[in-house]
Amino acid sequence: MELGYLAGSIVKLAALIGWIYGLLWGLGRPKAWQKAVTIILAFGVIQAAILAKFGDIALFSAFDQGLLIQACTMTMVALGLNLIYGFNGQFSLAQWGFYGIGAYCSADITYRWTSGDASGLLVAGLGTILGALALFLVGWLLKKKRGVPVLSAFTFYLIALVAAGFAAVKLGGALSPLLAPYFGSPEAPGVLASPLALQIVFFLSIIVAGAFAAEVSFIFGLPVLSLGSDYFGIATLGFAIIVKTLLVNSDTILPFPEMKGGRGMIGIPKLTNWIWVFAFLILVIVIIRNFVRSSTGRATLAVREDEIAARAMGIDVAKNKLMAFVVGSFVAGLGGAIYAHYIGFLAPGSFDFIQGYNPLIIVVFGGLGSMTGTIAASFGWIFFLEGFLRVLLGQLGSDAPSWRLVLYPIALLLLMLVRPQGLLGTVEWGFFKDGNNPIGRAREKLSAAVKLKGSGTKKEGE
Amino acid sequence: MKRVLTIALALVLTVASLSAADLKVGVLSPLTGPVPSFGLSVKEGTLLAVSEWNAKGGILGQKIVPVIEDGQCDAAAATNAANKLINQDQVKFILGEVCSGATIPVTELAGAAKVLLLSPTATNPNVTVDKAGKTKDFAFRACYIDPFQGGILAQFSYTRLKAKNAFILYDQGNDYTIGLANAFEAQFTKLGGKVVGKETYTKTDTDFSAILAKIKAAKPEVVLLPDYYNIVNLVTKQAKEKGITVPFVGGDGWDSPDLDKAAAAGGYYTNHYSPEDKRAEVVNFLKAYAAAYKDDAGKGKVPDALATLGYDGANLLFTAIKNAGSTDTTKVKEALEKISFNGVTGKITFDKAHNPVKALTILSVTKDKIAFDSVVQP
Amino acid sequence: MPSSIASGKAPISDEKRRGPPLAWVGWAFLGLIGAVTVAYIAGKAWSNPVLFLQNILDGLKLGFVYALIALGYTMVYGIVKLINFAHGDVFMVGAFTSFYAVSRFRLHQWPSAVFPGIDPTVSVIIGSITVVLLAMLICVLLAVTIERVAYKPLREAPRIAALITAIGVSFFLEFFGALPFVYSGRFIPYKAPFPTTAWYVQDGIHPIVSGTASPDNTISFSNIFLLIAAASILVQVFLQWIVKRTKIGVAMRAASYDKSTARLMGINVDRVISFTFAIGAAFAGLGGVLYAIAYSSIWSQLGVLPGLKAFVAAVLGGIGSIPGAFVGALIMGQAEALTMGYISTPMRDAVAFAILIIVLLVKPTGLFGEPSGEKA
Repeated sequence: MELGYLAGSIVKLAALIGWIYGLLWGLGRPKAWQKAVTIILAFGVIQAAILAKFGDIALFSAFDQGLLIQACTMTMVALGLNLIYGFNGQFSLAQWGFYGIGAYCSADITYRWTSGDASGLLVAGLGTILGALALFLVGWLLKKKRGVPVLSAFTFYLIALVAAGFAAVKLGGALSPLLAPYFGSPEAPGVLASPLALQIVFFLSIIVAGAFAAEVSFIFGLPVLSLGSDYFGIATLGFAIIVKTLLVNSDTILPFPEMKGGRGMIGIPKLTNWIWVFAFLILVIVIIRNFVRSSTGRATLAVREDEIAARAMGIDVAKNKLMAFVVGSFVAGLGGAIYAHYIGFLAPGSFDFIQGYNPLIIVVFGGLGSMTGTIAASFGWIFFLEGFLRVLLGQLGSDAPSWRLVLYPIALLLLMLVRPQGLLGTVEWGFFKDGNNPIGRAREKLSAAVKLKGSGTKKEGE
Repeated sequence: MKRVLTIALALVLTVASLSAADLKVGVLSPLTGPVPSFGLSVKEGTLLAVSEWNAKGGILGQKIVPVIEDGQCDAAAATNAANKLINQDQVKFILGEVCSGATIPVTELAGAAKVLLLSPTATNPNVTVDKAGKTKDFAFRACYIDPFQGGILAQFSYTRLKAKNAFILYDQGNDYTIGLANAFEAQFTKLGGKVVGKETYTKTDTDFSAILAKIKAAKPEVVLLPDYYNIVNLVTKQAKEKGITVPFVGGDGWDSPDLDKAAAAGGYYTNHYSPEDKRAEVVNFLKAYAAAYKDDAGKGKVPDALATLGYDGANLLFTAIKNAGSTDTTKVKEALEKISFNGVTGKITFDKAHNPVKALTILSVTKDKIAFDSVVQP
Repeated sequence: MPSSIASGKAPISDEKRRGPPLAWVGWAFLGLIGAVTVAYIAGKAWSNPVLFLQNILDGLKLGFVYALIALGYTMVYGIVKLINFAHGDVFMVGAFTSFYAVSRFRLHQWPSAVFPGIDPTVSVIIGSITVVLLAMLICVLLAVTIERVAYKPLREAPRIAALITAIGVSFFLEFFGALPFVYSGRFIPYKAPFPTTAWYVQDGIHPIVSGTASPDNTISFSNIFLLIAAASILVQVFLQWIVKRTKIGVAMRAASYDKSTARLMGINVDRVISFTFAIGAAFAGLGGVLYAIAYSSIWSQLGVLPGLKAFVAAVLGGIGSIPGAFVGALIMGQAEALTMGYISTPMRDAVAFAILIIVLLVKPTGLFGEPSGEKA
């Protein structure tokens, strides 16, 4: 009888991959109404599966839903990393850190909001807006003085950000008492404590979390992106470790007692549901795909293939790298925010650098530079490791569950040995396919040529 | 696409019937991840209790079937495991998780599904009470909570060891040690003692020389080290090498056959029972555990504190089910609230916040043995 | 820590020649950070010089251990450009091998078992060396197997594929090791083959009797420290000799410079790569045994963090450079010990990485790294 579950988990995975294919195929249709219908259908199919119940057993139980939500957040994080690494060639291990930043940032906003305190949203919101303004201002000033070295530019940006942050804290602190009366009391909730307001705040908190992660990635990436590939990788690993250290000390070194440091943050409202997840998944897919398709995206690919040649073609390599890095981190921040409101509890242990290898594994697994591959691999990874292996090993006796993380690296090794270019290589489906425009064709030819040289996307000795 | 879904549906629906004579109990512990050793101990203790009950004919005529899942000591992984236990295996009872950080999100899921959760070892207060301070209906624990243990350690240090200056050493990322350290500090200063220094480390640290140099300079009369035996071994050994003779005191995490007695000699720790204890529960448990589990030299294993708590936690739950006369979780929950159970770790009742109330034994470590020192009633 | 910042100031003149605008701002910023750090630590050192020296000594101990592991990373990276994440786990296997050899097979006492009349000290020395050699041998076999099975088939694949397999191998060793019938996930107390003795310095050197207090305000050190320092320095010298003076060393340098040309010159590059893995693993094995003796507690994930730190040390010193790995490891050790001693223990990883990032910004290929030229 348990075999039914086992087969069910495989079938569900296959169905989800089919669902992804259908979604991407539909989004790739030329007419707007076709895209709209696809989105509604894709949303509806899963929603129906969630609602469908047959007696005791749900077709898509809370277990599967949890996996689905985690697969979607992982997709967001991994798509961001694929942009940074797959499309721009910057080997980054910091993605998990930005994920953690996004999670904690949005969680703090909604946590404070549910306890009748608007300061979280005001400070973080104002902070990201003022921060962005400050960054643009400094960027504009620096542009006038050509050739300012990275380190000096970094210093200016840092000062501007710190000033903006300080202003936001003061301003937010002054404004939030003004909003307090509208929260009402627990007996008579005011207009701001209504469920609708909470949903809006949730939406804003996700965006703010993404923007915050993006600004942090800007200030970190600016100096660090000037390092060579592997040195950059190690510096980003350092970033992930520093973020985790700060999260562990969030109540002692950082001034956030509600985050409770290593004890974990409790009481985050569980607002994530399939509607939000799906909306943001589509948003992220569209952002990443349009970025890659844009002229900046083509420059991004050029930088990956050959920095010197790209520079010779008039591409601002440093700016381009930074752009990809910031967009990728923004997306990771969104993913983190969604995750935080799904799990309802955050502990720094979840943002350890060991777990930070996961998005990297997924991106390579799916095929570097294949967005389709990343999405498929995210779903496949979660549903294999957390779904299938749990179901399988749960039936094999009391010692079997210890083998879960033994079988996983073996599967990883085998796959890498059989398909070093990843599950899908550079194959794209539907929406991501670019065979029907001239630049896309040229790109496909280029990547074929690079492959002929026998070194894939990354050259030896770089 | 649709056809695929139909097939999936058909396959899932073949699952259906559970055999009625089995009582499934979820056992959730970190078998992989950062602390597999804790998971292993708890799992061994729990499974020992299960096999003993099954040997006696199960509960209410039902055979207990443990469903073991790996919580990985991580919120997301434990949530997945619990979701699987609740939705797919349809368990009504979960024993676990071991880490508080993994247990807290699971208590919320379990509470919503009216699944009774009893964590053998999660010490964070928020395991059984929510953000607003309300007790969670379906969450219990079998371990001491920090204020009790930490407070008694402070009392003991101040009155028995006559220490006026204490140094506190704890793991920044582990709420068991944070909780004990905070409780100790509060009680110790209330009694009139002074905390002359506080240092933190992380669980992956192995070199404590710099911290020990600070301790030496601060000249405390007692050092609180409320961590598990592996850290205690590291710290006390390095302290001896540095010529530090101040007694170290700690909590039940010290209790393990792997405690390095030579290094920790002169220290004291609180525990659930004394190895010299002649109560039948203790004697039988030690005997049964040694018979059931062998170390790799073929000798019977000695349980550590985590295994003991796993064993008692499982027994508490099964006794409550028996007392309730039903596997309905609401009835079992009420039975647990009223329980008075003689376990290995003493006579246990539950307070309003679903924390166990039980006596505490203080043990002293000497070069070659662990000796009984005193016992403190709650 | 101060030394890294001071050394970073050298390139100023180089930048000035081209004279980009506002360059001084960045240097002033770095200088400010450096000055504050130096002033803070100097202040602390002044107020308690003995404690400061003790911290330096503790930092040296950490640094020497990291150096032993860092060598393997730096050599492998120098030749195959692979971050061998499994190296830290090879280190762990070394520690476990010696544990089983000592506590199960009592290998450290074989001389007195075979020749009953032998002097016990000599017996323990010979026995311990045997244990170390055995651990090194096992590590070499393991590393060469890993190289053959997991890395070699991917030599022509994108570099990242090999990196992912390295992570995979690392996970495998950690969690396979954690299975109950392998090493189990327990923290196992390690019994050293010989007793630890510590000394303190106060008008000469006196031994510390275990369980008794040593006088306040004295510096203490142990025989383990001396052993680790000696081993680390010897290995360093030995490697220098291999790389600079032997035929295989020349082959290694040639292969690291240009593999295909080296092949044309009649060098068996595959053999050179295997040899590099082997020698790195041998010293990781040695490091594992010394680490286990020094800290006397082992478990299956023991290698993760030291491995990472050692790798950072290798990068700090300029990855690919053997003296660089050594110096980088010593700097890492000092940074950690001083952070633990004077700032805050939990921040030590953060500080270590902050130093790394600053050093890389100032000198992008690490302290001893060769400038990478137009190879890419």
